[in-house]
Amino acid sequence: MPRYETVIGLEVHVELKTRTKIFCDSTTEFGGEPNTHVCPICLGLPGTLPVINKKVVEYAIRAALALNCNIAEFTKFDRKNYFYPDMPKNYQISQHDLPIATHGYLEIDTQKGPKKIGISRLHMEEDSGKLVHQGTITTTPFSLVDYNRAGVPLIEIVSAPDLSSPEEACQYVEKLRTIILYTGVSDCKMEEGSLRCDANISVRPVGTGRLGTNTEIKNLNSLKALRRSLHFETERQIEVLRAGGRIVQETRTWDEGKGETLPLRSKEQAHDYRCLPEPDLVPLLIDRQWVEDIRGSLPELPEQRRQRYIKDYSLPEYDAAILTNTKELADYFERCVRAYSHPKAVGNWILGEFNRLLNLHGIEIAACKVTPQNLVSLLRLIDQGTISGKIAKVVFAEMFTSGQAAEAIVKKKGLVQISDRHAMVPVVEKVLAGNPGAVADYKAGKGRALGFLVGQVMKATQGQANPELVNKLLKERL
Amino acid sequence: MQLFLLTAHEIHELLIKKEISAEELNKAIYARIEAVDDRIQAYITRTAGKALDQARAVDKQISNGEKVTPLAGIPIAIKDNICTDGIKTTAGSKILSNYTPPYSATVVKKLEAAGATIAGKVNLDEFAMGSSNENSAFFATRNPWDTSRVPGGSSGGSAAAVAAGAAVCSLGSDTGGSIRQPASFCGVVGMKPTYGAVSRYGLIAYASSLDQIGPFARDVTDCALMLNAICGHDPLDSTSAKQRAMDYTSFLKDDVRGLKLGVPEEYMVEGIDPDVRDLVIKAMEKLESLGAVVEYTTLPHTDYALPTYYLIAQAEASSNLARYDGVRYGVRTEGTGDVMDMFMKTRSEGFGAEVKRRILLGTYALAAANYDHYYLKALKVRTLIKEDFVQAFKRYDLLLSPVSPTTAFPIGEKMDDPLQMYLSDICTISVNLAGMPGLSIPCGFVGGLPVGLQLIGRPFDEGTLLRTAYTFEQNTDYHKQYPDL
Amino acid sequence: MITKKDLEHVALLSRLELTGSEKAMFARQLNDILNYFQSLDCLDTENVQPTTHVLPLQNVFREDWVGQHTSRQDALANCPDRQGDYFRVPKIV
Repeated sequence: MPRYETVIGLEVHVELKTRTKIFCDSTTEFGGEPNTHVCPICLGLPGTLPVINKKVVEYAIRAALALNCNIAEFTKFDRKNYFYPDMPKNYQISQHDLPIATHGYLEIDTQKGPKKIGISRLHMEEDSGKLVHQGTITTTPFSLVDYNRAGVPLIEIVSAPDLSSPEEACQYVEKLRTIILYTGVSDCKMEEGSLRCDANISVRPVGTGRLGTNTEIKNLNSLKALRRSLHFETERQIEVLRAGGRIVQETRTWDEGKGETLPLRSKEQAHDYRCLPEPDLVPLLIDRQWVEDIRGSLPELPEQRRQRYIKDYSLPEYDAAILTNTKELADYFERCVRAYSHPKAVGNWILGEFNRLLNLHGIEIAACKVTPQNLVSLLRLIDQGTISGKIAKVVFAEMFTSGQAAEAIVKKKGLVQISDRHAMVPVVEKVLAGNPGAVADYKAGKGRALGFLVGQVMKATQGQANPELVNKLLKERL
Repeated sequence: MQLFLLTAHEIHELLIKKEISAEELNKAIYARIEAVDDRIQAYITRTAGKALDQARAVDKQISNGEKVTPLAGIPIAIKDNICTDGIKTTAGSKILSNYTPPYSATVVKKLEAAGATIAGKVNLDEFAMGSSNENSAFFATRNPWDTSRVPGGSSGGSAAAVAAGAAVCSLGSDTGGSIRQPASFCGVVGMKPTYGAVSRYGLIAYASSLDQIGPFARDVTDCALMLNAICGHDPLDSTSAKQRAMDYTSFLKDDVRGLKLGVPEEYMVEGIDPDVRDLVIKAMEKLESLGAVVEYTTLPHTDYALPTYYLIAQAEASSNLARYDGVRYGVRTEGTGDVMDMFMKTRSEGFGAEVKRRILLGTYALAAANYDHYYLKALKVRTLIKEDFVQAFKRYDLLLSPVSPTTAFPIGEKMDDPLQMYLSDICTISVNLAGMPGLSIPCGFVGGLPVGLQLIGRPFDEGTLLRTAYTFEQNTDYHKQYPDL
Repeated sequence: MITKKDLEHVALLSRLELTGSEKAMFARQLNDILNYFQSLDCLDTENVQPTTHVLPLQNVFREDWVGQHTSRQDALANCPDRQGDYFRVPKIV
């Protein structure tokens, strides 16, 4: 039986974070009472006309440059005609044959090392409204339409069929998301639908050159859905082929509940988009100076940043990758390092306690009360021996909730580390006297007993004792 | 004095001399509408109340000694495919028969800003698709010169209202001749400005790359005053040109000496009624006698204009009319099943035969299998047709031709043969394909029915059109004849 | 040549439901029209650029400033069927 390999291409839709919609001046704000973020243009009222938002073009170029694309000199809009009740004009203004950007790529990490994934094109288009179903789409007698989202700007990023597993597909989406977040043109929230994904997938016997017939899976609203649906579809296609069947080229949707992909009805498949140049919009000639200005304003991108952290800060590859995963985290890290030149120590704290508490409380960095200056002060207190690493965690937790400076907390709670030999000796002696068993164990060669004794001293001092000093004092007396 | 026979500039004189009031004027026009419109059937919606309020405001301004514009207080009829805030706008279609827009077209705002009053909304072929007004979902407007005949189309209501004295001026839209042909049939001045000269924002689209709003008036001076009010860049229309504001009345000079006028021979041969052709030749001779140089010339790709026009217009229309689906506005016909069924029922019930025919043709021309052969081919031939005009305008300041091969035809005559109906647009469609300005001015009568002379100009050279038309008008008296109603 | 099947497909794409007699009439008329349009075939347009806009306009932009929204009342005023603040349509599938 032949072994099969999977070929996947992704179409990722990203909502741009402009203030207004792509062709009218209605707000793009998420949420809002139904049908309040609308105007005659985005409602598709008879007689209305689109005018392109300059910021949308700028953001599209910005994203495209970050994805190593070529920016077209001449680009235009087209109408893609099909009927759907969430589309106010029953055509979507999109870009057909002359997209704003082509020929890009990004790199993902695979077990075999880095892999370049081609980006065949990136284009601008308008989003549709939203359908609200009472119950499920199949059982509800009515659907309700909210056009607040209609006309929100999207970029569609189409990958080459370079992805060979569901895992690679997920990695690609995560990487794409990271890069777009860095450019600041979208907040890429899959759960709010500001990043959405359709997948084209086919299988072929290993070693065959030609692509197999593909299916398209729509409405993949999470990485989990992407991974699961691609696994399901791979298996389904292989099963069909192994049973001697043929793959039907069709659009399928992912049913999260059933855990399977299902074909759309055939009459909905009868699509012929009849694209035509949008007569209501004039072409765009993209000025090269504009492109260079946008290029110049791009921040350092995650890949470059990661390399720099490894090279300049001698960070392990893993730490560098995680620190650069979001721009906010990397910016935070760098602000700390600028004030305190021990990148490894800063990194450990950020990847440790800092991230743990952020995740625990579900807080974004922007909303975190610990400023880089305060974190650095905390690290300095450890360096100076004012507090122990253990106490530092307690102090940090307090900083995290109250936003107070480390020094203030240490002072208020009397957490200053006890490094005074004279103050410590009586405590140590009391512990030794109170734990004769452990002392005997240690003397019998059980090294672990020392740890227990240190712990008892720390407990007796509420963690304020300087651990090095405690060790030293215990050893002197044992 | 019959106020309804006066032109806007004549009325303006009376208004500022306080010999009449705007209120009187509007009441007179309303009395005229009441008197004749049951025979003409130009109006779909009359807005007397609002117009009188607007008129009284103008009278107040005048009595306060404020300066008012030449269109202040003048009742103007608006083609019912131009949106008016709070006033029903149907596009002549059943599918929009209950539709009231929440906004006004830019042209309407401009007219209102100039103080004009809106007399009402006038009839048209459904979605401006037709040459006779018979495709209106409501009723067929009649030609004021002979009520058994069509007023032309698609802006038939706009032309008939002005010819009948049921409005002083009006607005129409012209995609392939829809202003010029009814102007010709009804014996009034009608102008399609250069594509991009007037904002299309608020014009219910038929074929976006060809549609243009323009005025109807009883003489060339009024036509210039209307252009003054409606032309100009609009940030809401991406295809609107960035032109300097100008005073079109500055071109109204009785002088064509030295102008070079070309007559495309393709517009003078085949299919043109000999009596119509004779009147055009007489007009040529008239202009020649007034000092213009008139020569025959050629637009070699004229034979291809009709298929090119219909393929492009229908392709765009099939897309433009997709939004009428019974979800957001308009008349819905419930089906028995799902939303797809509702779409099909709504559109099949809501559109008339001509609209369906054009949607089907446009959809066919754009379908993947036919795109290159039909639609793309038409876009390329459009380039050749435009180039014909560019070449001609290297030698001539203006082109002259008939507007329509015939005078107004009897109601019902061409309804069963769409192709014959399309062929009557032969002299006007190229002008839209090339985006040039075109004007129709009365040049005589055949059997008691008016005939229009078409003037075609260079892009944004409305001035030379107006100057030539004005000179012709000053030296003829066709515009002073009125239908007997 | 438009066959009945072509016409049915085009009607479906256009969301038009045609009766039997409409199908026959439109098929005949569209074929007449397309026959007449065949004259375009004899024109060589190999090296001709298509015209999609007659004016040489380009780069017409709008700034990213929020404007006035339509009131919900106006947005829904012409709606054939509504439920609360939503437009309502029959089930999708």
